[in-house]
Amino acid sequence: MINPTVDLVIQFGLMFAIGAVLALALMAVSHRLAPTSRNPNKGQPYECGVLPQEDSRLPFNVHFYLVAVLFVLFDLEAVFMYPWALALRSIGLLGLVEMLIFIFILLVGYFYAWKKGVLEWE
Amino acid sequence: MLVERWISARIQLRVGPRHTGPYGTLQTVADIVKLLMKEDVRPVQADAMAFRLGPMLTAVPAVMSFAVIPFGAPLIMRDLNVGVLYFLAVPGVTAVGLLLAGWASYDNYSFLGGLRSSAQFISYEIPRTLVVVGVAMLAGSLRMSDVLEAQRSVPFVLLLPLGFVVYIVTTLAEINRTPFDIPEAESELVAGYHTEYSGFRWALFFLAEYGALFAASGFAAVLFLGGGNGPLLPPFVWFLIKTLAIVFLNMWVRWTLPRFRSDQLMRLAWKVFLPLSLVNLVLAGLVLQAVN
Repeated sequence: MINPTVDLVIQFGLMFAIGAVLALALMAVSHRLAPTSRNPNKGQPYECGVLPQEDSRLPFNVHFYLVAVLFVLFDLEAVFMYPWALALRSIGLLGLVEMLIFIFILLVGYFYAWKKGVLEWE
Repeated sequence: MLVERWISARIQLRVGPRHTGPYGTLQTVADIVKLLMKEDVRPVQADAMAFRLGPMLTAVPAVMSFAVIPFGAPLIMRDLNVGVLYFLAVPGVTAVGLLLAGWASYDNYSFLGGLRSSAQFISYEIPRTLVVVGVAMLAGSLRMSDVLEAQRSVPFVLLLPLGFVVYIVTTLAEINRTPFDIPEAESELVAGYHTEYSGFRWALFFLAEYGALFAASGFAAVLFLGGGNGPLLPPFVWFLIKTLAIVFLNMWVRWTLPRFRSDQLMRLAWKVFLPLSLVNLVLAGLVLQAVN
């Protein structure tokens, strides 16, 4: 009898392998079938034929970073809610009220971010 | 894909594919063969490793997410006890793929497209995850078969109509479909993160998008519409009908609504859908109290 956890890992490894092999095999087939014609101009970045002036590793808007930070916060909170959701049947109304208090505390931070303009995009 | 082209043609009063095979039924096959035979161009300055990894990281999670979808009573690859969580987590890798593809291409359009795609993805991920908490509350389990079992008498869409709407809309945004396909907005960013991709590498993005569309629709059918539950017909048929209904809804929306602006999109996610998903959570709690 194989360990169920090992079994699980094997199965998902297989699923990953199916996806990866499918993609790689299709790429290989395409590689065999597709024509190749080397041309230095083909390697240029797409810019309607104009040569790009600057490096394209541009500095980007700090907003993206803020969104990522907020995502980590809220998504963690959402993940913490799953065990609570499963236990809700046994903890009943008290559990619900406790979660409402938690959400309220969370909303304080949310409105702070809102007021600070983190959620605004120009 | 073929059906999508038919639907779009009907909506735009065109004829659609007709000539490939009987009634154009072989159009998809023809498309795939055509894409297989296209040249694969890689920009000279692109980061070779990341450029190759990008499409893989979007295509593989799309395939993997099918592992926990119950296609019918016995037809599920693995009835995980955290199946719901698995389905939310695995496609999340896609965000990395999009960002990587955009960054590796060494092109301004791709770079901005990749940034916007992943920002949009993670913004809509939050309301989506929160909405599914409501389902977990009502079902009392994250196992797909338990979620189905809990809906034997009443599908959750009747108990959580708000949650269903939020789930459908956020899913549209998550898989970058119109009206949320701003990362690919032709008029400003050419083709977004896949501007520099061609041939079958480009096709991988598209296959991933369609795979994700079907997986997410199937997931919605399970969570809110009771999946394979239904009278008379076998579960598999019921599941298929419900899934395809949601897929059709997706396509209908795609060909009917105009595209949002990027800032409107982010505002919508954070200022409308996040509060709505919290409201849905509270409603789910109240429903559960009322039922008990």
